[in-house]
Amino acid sequence: MSNGISKKYSGIALVAAFAMGMAISGEAAAKDKVKVGFIGPLTGGVSVNGIGGRNSADLAVRLRNKDPKAKYEYELVVQDDECKPNIGVQAATKVAADRKVIGAVTHYCSAVAIAAVDTYHKFGLPVVVWGAVLPDITYGNTYKEVHRVNGTMINQNQTAAKFMRSLGYETWAVIHDTTDYGKGHNKYYSENLAKEGGKILATFGVTSDQQDFTAELTKIKELNPDVIYFGGLTPIGVRVRSQMEKLGIKAVFQGTSGIVSDAFVEGTGKLAEGVVAFREGAPTENLPGGQFFLEKYQAEKYDSPPEAYGAFSFAAMNLVLDAIEQVGPNRKKVRDVLNKTSGRDSIVGEISFDDHGQNTVALITKYVIQDGKWTVWEDSDYAAGKRKLVGQK
Amino acid sequence: MDIGFLAQYLMNGLMLGMMYALVAVGFTLFFGVLDVIKFSHGDVLTVGAFTALATYLGLEQIGVTDPATQILVMVIVSTVLIGGLGAVIARTVILPLRSAPPLNTLLITLMLGTVLREAVRLFYPEGGNPKPFPALLPTDSVTFGNFNLRLDNVLMFGAGVLVIVGTQWMLNRTKLGLAIRAVAQDEETAKTMGINFNLIVFITFALGSALAAFAGVMNGLYYNEINFGMGLLLGVIGFSAAIVGGMGNLYGAILGGFLFAALQTIGAVALPFASAYKDVFAFAVVIAIMAWRPTGLIQEKVSDRV
Repeated sequence: MSNGISKKYSGIALVAAFAMGMAISGEAAAKDKVKVGFIGPLTGGVSVNGIGGRNSADLAVRLRNKDPKAKYEYELVVQDDECKPNIGVQAATKVAADRKVIGAVTHYCSAVAIAAVDTYHKFGLPVVVWGAVLPDITYGNTYKEVHRVNGTMINQNQTAAKFMRSLGYETWAVIHDTTDYGKGHNKYYSENLAKEGGKILATFGVTSDQQDFTAELTKIKELNPDVIYFGGLTPIGVRVRSQMEKLGIKAVFQGTSGIVSDAFVEGTGKLAEGVVAFREGAPTENLPGGQFFLEKYQAEKYDSPPEAYGAFSFAAMNLVLDAIEQVGPNRKKVRDVLNKTSGRDSIVGEISFDDHGQNTVALITKYVIQDGKWTVWEDSDYAAGKRKLVGQK
Repeated sequence: MDIGFLAQYLMNGLMLGMMYALVAVGFTLFFGVLDVIKFSHGDVLTVGAFTALATYLGLEQIGVTDPATQILVMVIVSTVLIGGLGAVIARTVILPLRSAPPLNTLLITLMLGTVLREAVRLFYPEGGNPKPFPALLPTDSVTFGNFNLRLDNVLMFGAGVLVIVGTQWMLNRTKLGLAIRAVAQDEETAKTMGINFNLIVFITFALGSALAAFAGVMNGLYYNEINFGMGLLLGVIGFSAAIVGGMGNLYGAILGGFLFAALQTIGAVALPFASAYKDVFAFAVVIAIMAWRPTGLIQEKVSDRV
């Protein structure tokens, strides 16, 4: 009898315990932890861009975690790719192999991104590229996992060639790094410049850690071009620009999106004046959600600026988070949602992915450095005719 | 080709060659005295350059702004500290491995190089980024046609020549130099003659490392930018220069340094294919020279090898 009672009670206790357990786990289920990844160059020559991107992705995650309507609690897994393809593949494998990571925002450096896309495909991890501009990252494969919010270097170089020709320049010398990034820029710029009727006098491929450019530059001085086109990233851009000065070369220094960073201005100092470069998308403060983004960024007190691609990283992370919110933490489903992205509103403007997961960014912004600041060409003294680039007509 | 451009190429090559030669001299000193190859040499150069930069920032902090004083203090602090570092390296990693196979020394210095490089990257504030190095020398330039001769380059080159000549003089004309040469020639006999072997080794390593620090400062002043990885390629090139010139021979190292710079310049300018291959070209020629003269262009006068 007493046995029966105790059984009965224990039954009730069990039910109660179960119910309580449900309540606890129910609450936990409302805020299940989901991991999302970020990969970018956090050390090395372009680390300012990587850290800006990391902070921006982190901002997206923090804002989402503060949102009471969010279904999950997100944890950002950060990896450093050092802008080196071999390290990048390791970082990609690490993130992709963690089954708890549902999506990731990856890569500033094209050479790294192109090396890592196979990894994402193999592991089935949906990623959104936030800064790398090499066309082949999206167009060189049919991987459903790979998407990109920023534009490619094709559009950038079209605009660049057209614009520079319109300023009356005739001849160019090209220096590019021999990574996929630099080679891509060289290819697309040369093609577009030929169409516009400009002439390239010589092309120099250089390694991405080269220190001395005096031999190449002396050769260029001999050829005396109007413009030196540089296809590469900030660190060697700084070196080329300052060594130009040492050899007394007066040509215009024309860069690509790879040098649009405050680090370039800081590294070249006074020599930065009159350097031109091109980047897809509008400057952050002119973006539809730019002010909102910058305000939130400021409020979180990150110790370095978002840099040129921070807004893209933020938008990319939001895409991933939205997809997870919509279909839950499932890589395949998230991938499919991302693939269908069309006309999505974001702080960088409308995002639509084509068959290859490539966002169509029509706008290319022309920049010139004026008084130590990257200034939109149309707003600059150069466009107004108050100042002139070397040899500008 | 226009004579002005020729002069310009020559000047570029000479500056490059001077830096390589300074590094190569270090390699050759270590090899001469202890028959060791110290692969951390390039990274010691990096530490030297960063020490000079830190000194500069310190001087700015305490209000010393005269460029001449700044350079002087930077060079002194950097060479003394890095000389000390060289002696410590000799004491802690090289000498204890004296009786181990040479491969061990090679490996341990290779690893030490990685430690130094990574230490700069991780412990120097934002050491992963390239650091602007101040241009402290006068930048006046004289233009002869197409040749832009800059005063700072001339000063740096002159200083480099003085340092190398000084080293050579010290080795050949002083008692200390005599002791170093004695140890290099025959360790046992030198010891019996009352030469303090350990002290001489420390001094040699200090001297070689100080030269590397000097090259590091020169590199910074020339390119106005330093980064944690700069020593890696410089180390390899300096080593190749020392080998191709004839390991253990000071003139060989100098010759090797300038030869390598000349090859790189020719590779970038005179060859029909793209300059991307200039290092490939330079190293290929070095390989060819090594096949032709395995002991280097100028051989060590006294060879104790069997």
